[in-house]
Amino acid sequence: MTTRELGPLDVEAIRADFPILARTVRDGRPLVYLDSGATSQKPRQVLDAERGFYERHNAAVHRGAHQLAEEATDAYESARATIAAFIGARADEVVFTKNATEAVNLVAYAMSNAATSGAEYARFRVGPGDEVVVSEMEHHANLVPWQELCRRTGATLRWFRVADNGRLDLSDLDDLVNERTKIVAIAHQSNVLGTVNPVREIARRAHGFGALVLLDGAQSVPHMPVDVGDLDADFLVFSGHKMLGPNGIGVLWGRPELLAGMPPFITGGSMIGEVYMDRTTWADPPQRFEAGVPMAPQAVGLAAACDYLSALGMENVLAHEHAITEYALKHVGALPGVRIVGPLDAEARGAAISFVVEGVHAHDVGQILDDRGVEVRVGHHCAWPLHRCYKVAATTRASFYVYNTVADVDALVEGVQAAQRFFGTAPSV
Amino acid sequence: MRMDDMYQEIILDHYRNPHNKGLRDPHTGEAHHINPTCGDEVTLRVAVEPAGGGLDGSAIVRDVSYDSMGCSISQASASVLTDLLIGRTVDEGMRTLDAFTELMHSKGQGEPDEDVLEDAVAFAGVSKYPARIKCALLAWMAWKDATAQSLEKKEGAS
Repeated sequence: MTTRELGPLDVEAIRADFPILARTVRDGRPLVYLDSGATSQKPRQVLDAERGFYERHNAAVHRGAHQLAEEATDAYESARATIAAFIGARADEVVFTKNATEAVNLVAYAMSNAATSGAEYARFRVGPGDEVVVSEMEHHANLVPWQELCRRTGATLRWFRVADNGRLDLSDLDDLVNERTKIVAIAHQSNVLGTVNPVREIARRAHGFGALVLLDGAQSVPHMPVDVGDLDADFLVFSGHKMLGPNGIGVLWGRPELLAGMPPFITGGSMIGEVYMDRTTWADPPQRFEAGVPMAPQAVGLAAACDYLSALGMENVLAHEHAITEYALKHVGALPGVRIVGPLDAEARGAAISFVVEGVHAHDVGQILDDRGVEVRVGHHCAWPLHRCYKVAATTRASFYVYNTVADVDALVEGVQAAQRFFGTAPSV
Repeated sequence: MRMDDMYQEIILDHYRNPHNKGLRDPHTGEAHHINPTCGDEVTLRVAVEPAGGGLDGSAIVRDVSYDSMGCSISQASASVLTDLLIGRTVDEGMRTLDAFTELMHSKGQGEPDEDVLEDAVAFAGVSKYPARIKCALLAWMAWKDATAQSLEKKEGAS
């Protein structure tokens, strides 16, 4: 099978845009990069955009009246408009953060800060008797900030369980989401299982009780068309570096009336209305949540990444990844002694495939794969409680993106077989 | 072949047939260590008793036992540790620990002293892979804690 038969993307042309994919690793092995779930590689277009900003327009944005400051501010705000359009949002609904993790923290801290802020922020207050709902499949980034919010405020943390098939167990939805629920924070797509969660069903229930809904889109926004108008969520967070963009930039999208009613998380320059020695008022969103000189070159780079993905077409990206996922589920899943952790069918499932090789620890699988140039993630992938659900300490995860081919899956399969041979666990056939 | 260099036969032997695995009593100290990047864990017990002198560096490590879950490197390392340290004085054990730690941080350039490290010299190849150093050191760090605990406990009681 050639890469062109796989789907609507011209993968050969795409690969040519990514300089790093041409390098070799471990003494001359071609790089087979299967760790895009951790961070994606960057096309030349993104690198050029970031470099171009530094070379032509660099200045501190939203400060100063000189020409470079104007150009830098314009580039930054244009980038915001592009990134907002990528998720079907308005520019003033998009807040830039360091990454998805900071975006989750921004909301969690706004909620605890509301306790000591004025009456206009009462909507966000949480305290004893209130409940925060997450799931067992959350990345630590969408779990620990909520644990901490509950610890600070006296609210109670509750969670959806994950069924053995890798899907969210919604049987206790009616119990978990109730009149005490203040916010439901849930992964749109699991970084370990690949599961795409039925977020609209959960949001419908949550909104029935006036609860907020935050979606962790770190693994969905890079891989499928996401339109905030269709999601029925109140907040969406994602990271630039997982979607071909630079490190150091993430996004919080929020409904404008909610952002307007939230106290700030990080305070300082740029996020102010008026400042006196004894008090300060806040700027309107999004500036209220962007203290300090922002990451303009990274915003420009992320906008270039959005343009790159839009040119490919997110429907095409999804179709490509779906085809690879089906192929990988079939071929990795067929290996004797290999157990996939997560849904075994490709429906409502993204291109992250985690698995256990019986008798060989994930670290050792990863080491043998790495020796062959196949770069995967090993460990608990920042989802330790989820791994406990499956009673495994660690899994091996291959995650795919626009530049991966079925040949990459074949290299993975051969590498896993090599690991089984090396450690003497290859099942006899 | 790089993988044969890293996963030397000695390591694979200890991995497949670990020595002194399974927690034992009596013990004077116990430590539970976790590698937070991968979730591997070890619970390690030591039984330290004075050998004529006080409960200090001259005390004897009578027993080391452990229970653990993890990769071949962390499992083999724990097994090798027990072979090396049971019957030694605490001071000798600490010197061995230092030598092993130094070897693990040698980035593949170390020239280990086989008289001190015995089977543990096989881990030299692991030091070329920074992500695996913690695996190799996990049980050793637990031994250090459990031993320190044993000495403190007795000092407090006397």
